[in-house]
Order: sequence, then structure tokens, then C-alpha cells
Amino acid sequence: MTPPEPSSYLVLALLLVAALLFGLTPLALAWLWARFFSPAKPGPTKHAIYECGLESRGDAWIQFRSGYYLYAILFLIFDVETVFLLPFAVAFGGLSIGGFVAMMVFILLLAEGLVWAWQKGVLAWK
Amino acid sequence: MAEKLDQIFVQAKHELVRWLLCHVPGAWAEVLSALLSIATLLVAFAALFALTTLLERKGLGRIQNRYGPNRVGPFGLLQPVADGIKALTKEDVVPRAADQVVHFIAPLVLVVPVFLALAVLPVGRNMVVVDLDAGLLFFFAVGAATELSVFMAGWSSRNKYSLLGAMRAIAQMISYEVPLILSAVTVVMMAGSLSTVRIVEVQAGFSGWLPHWHVLTPWGLAGFLLFLIAAAAEANRCPFDLPEGESEIIAGYYIEYSGFKFALFFLGEYIGLFAVSGLAITLFLGGWTAPLPFVQWVPSYVWFFLKLLSLIAFFIWVRGTLPRLRMDQLMSFAWKFMLPLSLINLLAAGLWRFLPEGLTRWAFCSLLLAAAYIGLGRSLVQRRNLGRRTYRFAE
Repeated sequence: MTPPEPSSYLVLALLLVAALLFGLTPLALAWLWARFFSPAKPGPTKHAIYECGLESRGDAWIQFRSGYYLYAILFLIFDVETVFLLPFAVAFGGLSIGGFVAMMVFILLLAEGLVWAWQKGVLAWK
Repeated sequence: MAEKLDQIFVQAKHELVRWLLCHVPGAWAEVLSALLSIATLLVAFAALFALTTLLERKGLGRIQNRYGPNRVGPFGLLQPVADGIKALTKEDVVPRAADQVVHFIAPLVLVVPVFLALAVLPVGRNMVVVDLDAGLLFFFAVGAATELSVFMAGWSSRNKYSLLGAMRAIAQMISYEVPLILSAVTVVMMAGSLSTVRIVEVQAGFSGWLPHWHVLTPWGLAGFLLFLIAAAAEANRCPFDLPEGESEIIAGYYIEYSGFKFALFFLGEYIGLFAVSGLAITLFLGGWTAPLPFVQWVPSYVWFFLKLLSLIAFFIWVRGTLPRLRMDQLMSFAWKFMLPLSLINLLAAGLWRFLPEGLTRWAFCSLLLAAAYIGLGRSLVQRRNLGRRTYRFAE
């Protein structure tokens, strides 16, 4: 007799909790250790930001370069494409050659976007 | 006998659940069964992590003509324990300017998804924590959460080097995620399922001496190589370790982490490497199946972990050998080489099915991929003047 298989959701929920505990337990232990054996001695230098030993100038919370944004848009196009590709791939075993060609045309349309971006010089990291 | 040895862990779990059920109400059976699987997963991969940190330092030491750790315990075997104790007793310094809450959550956001991703990998026959119908999709979905953690760490530290590292990491990870998923799609096309267990079953069996692994086909080989390169980039491994380049941006997004939070980042990164290597094994290297017909008596989990250790050894070797890429090289490699090649690989996989079996489809698919490889590779290097190098020596 084998025990009943637990449902996937139960296992994943338990694993989520277990993994969280796996990370939190040593953090709690380290906190306890610090509490009893190494009292905190904060200081302006110690809690300053570490940038190669020089005093930090200006804030790090600044605006992004737009270059990253263009890559993010390209990524979004192809990430959404894979969402369409996955059901196609699962059904691929039963598809005729016509279905395959239709999917290739779809990919070609997106590849055109990549070629356009390439020609525009978006992909050149400056 | 071989069958018994193969299923020994599965049987042990069933026995243990039955024994525990004598002491607790029957309604707990499912929870107990799940908890046993989860405990095994956590312990096994945490132990593998400890072993790998040592192997990596030993391996890199040997490559660099030194010994590596050899003081703690025999052959330095207790080094991971010493490292663990050190991480636990180190002071946890958080910069005053940092966003305290996000700074605290970031390492946990890395550790939890990588363990969740491990859950769908079949490590042996009947040995998978959870067999999802959309296992592959689940893997990529939780795997994408690690990018969030990297950015949380970099942004919350309020350090310019951290932010630089985080931005590089995001740009790199999203760029390499596309070829990673596209190369996996070819396997889904052939297996007709997103379930990792099913994908391994498809690859079981032999024709003559050769196993039915996907890596032994033209599209599979190309897919495997693309997947491996993208996996190295996703795991921030050398030569794609720009986000944490020690010599240029100190340690990237985890400069401001100390104590056990730093150790958690370290752990998360290695477990992520195991997860993505495990997926490469599942998709292309036949999962837990034996490589040759006459060694099938060796238990399935032994094969899985042997393959995993080989891939880890390969990654250590690469780290000790290749220099780090430049940012522009990294991005153009992803978008101008990996992505087009993985799209062409989809075409090759489709043709593989529609062409008649035999030598023609081998030749056709191989030629298509080789032509794409050469053509795309040329576009990357064409503007470089690679001439004869001249040296001038001091007189």
C-alpha cells in the first residue's frame, strides 16, 4: 500500500514555507548570537556606504539610462512570444505542416522587429 | 536487486509515512508525505551546496597552481562548516542610508524561488517532489523571480556600485532569458509536454548503443549549447559575471551585505546554478536515464547527480579558464547571436519532424544550424581587424 499522493498545491505551499524558514532560521540564530555576544557599536563611518574607501558623493537613487528601457521592451516582445510558443510546442506532435508554417510566419514577423531594431542601432551598447 | 536499490528512497519514504501514521491521525498522511520530500530536497541540495563551495575553491586552486583550502579537517573537507560558523557569527552591518526592509527581504526573495524551482526536477525514477503538468513553465516563472531579488538588493543598498551591478544584472538576465526559454521550447515540441517527468520518459530507451537523449540530435546539440551558455549567464557565472565583477564594481549588488545575508546570496546563487543545470540535464541529457544500455543497473538518482556534478565541474573549469566579457560584447552576443540562433533552432526542430527519417534530415538540420552559426558568428567579428600581432620589446 502506498500513501496517498499529496496535491501539488499543498506541496508547493509547504515548500514555500520550508524554504522561507530555511533562510530565516540562520538569520535568527545570527541575530541571537549578535544580541548576546557582540553588542552593536554603530558609527557614522561603519554604517556609511562602501565605495572603495572614499567618501560617497551624491545619491545612488538616480534615473536610469534609456538604453536599458529599449532592451526591456525587446525582451517583453520575445517573452510574450514564448508564451504563444509554449502551447504551440505542446500541440506540435499533432500539427500538420501547415500549422508549423503558420507558426514560423508568426516568428518571422517578430524576428522582423529584431532586425529593425538591429538596423536602427538599438542593439549597439553605447 | 537493482530495481530495489533504484527505488530505495521511494520505499523508505512510504515506510516512514506508514510508521508515522501509527502515531498521528490519518488525515496527516498527505502533509507527512510532502514534508518528507521537502526535507530531503532541502538537505540534499544544501549538502551539495556545501560540497560545491569546497570543490569550486579546490578546482580553481588547482587551475591557478595552488592548493586551495586544505587546513580545516582532512583535505579541507570541513571548510564549509567553518565558513558557515563564520557567516553566523559575523556582524550584520546595514548602511544607514539603505532601505532597511527591502535590504532584508532581498536575500530571501532569492533563496525561496530557487528551492521552488528545484521541486519540479525529477532526480530519479519516481523521485520528484511535485510532478506538475506545466512543470517547465513553473520553473521559468519562479526562476524569473531571482531577477527581482538582484534588483531589490542593488537598489535598496543605495550604493552606486550596487546599482550599477543590479542594472547590469537585469539587462543581462532578461537578455539571456529569451534564448534560455526558446532553446527549451524545441524539447517541448518533441516531447509534446511541459511536464519534466514526461520529458525524461521520452528520452528513456536506446537504439543500439545510443540513448534517445535530445542532445544527440542536431537541434538538441545546438539547443543544449545555447541553453548551457544562457544558463551560465542566468546564474551570473563566469564569463558572464559582470554584475558582480570583483575587480570593477567590487561585488556588484551585494557589496552592502555581510554576515549570513551574504551567505544566503551565495547559497541562492549556487542553488540556482544547480536548478538550471538540473533542468539542462532533464531537457537534453536524459535526466536520470543511464547513458549506456549495460549500466542500467546503476540507480537512477546516481546518474542524475553524476551528471549534475559533471556540469558543475564544467562550470568551475570555465570559470578558471575564460576571462570576463565586456558589457557591449555581452549584450550583442545575446541579441545578435544567441537569439537568432535559437529562433533558427526552432525551425531546425520543426524540419526534423517533417523531413523523412534517415541521413537526409541529419544532414539538412546540421547544415542549416552550421550555416546559421557561421553566418551569425561572422556578423559579430566582421568589423574587427584581426591581423598579425606585433610586439615591441624593451631594449
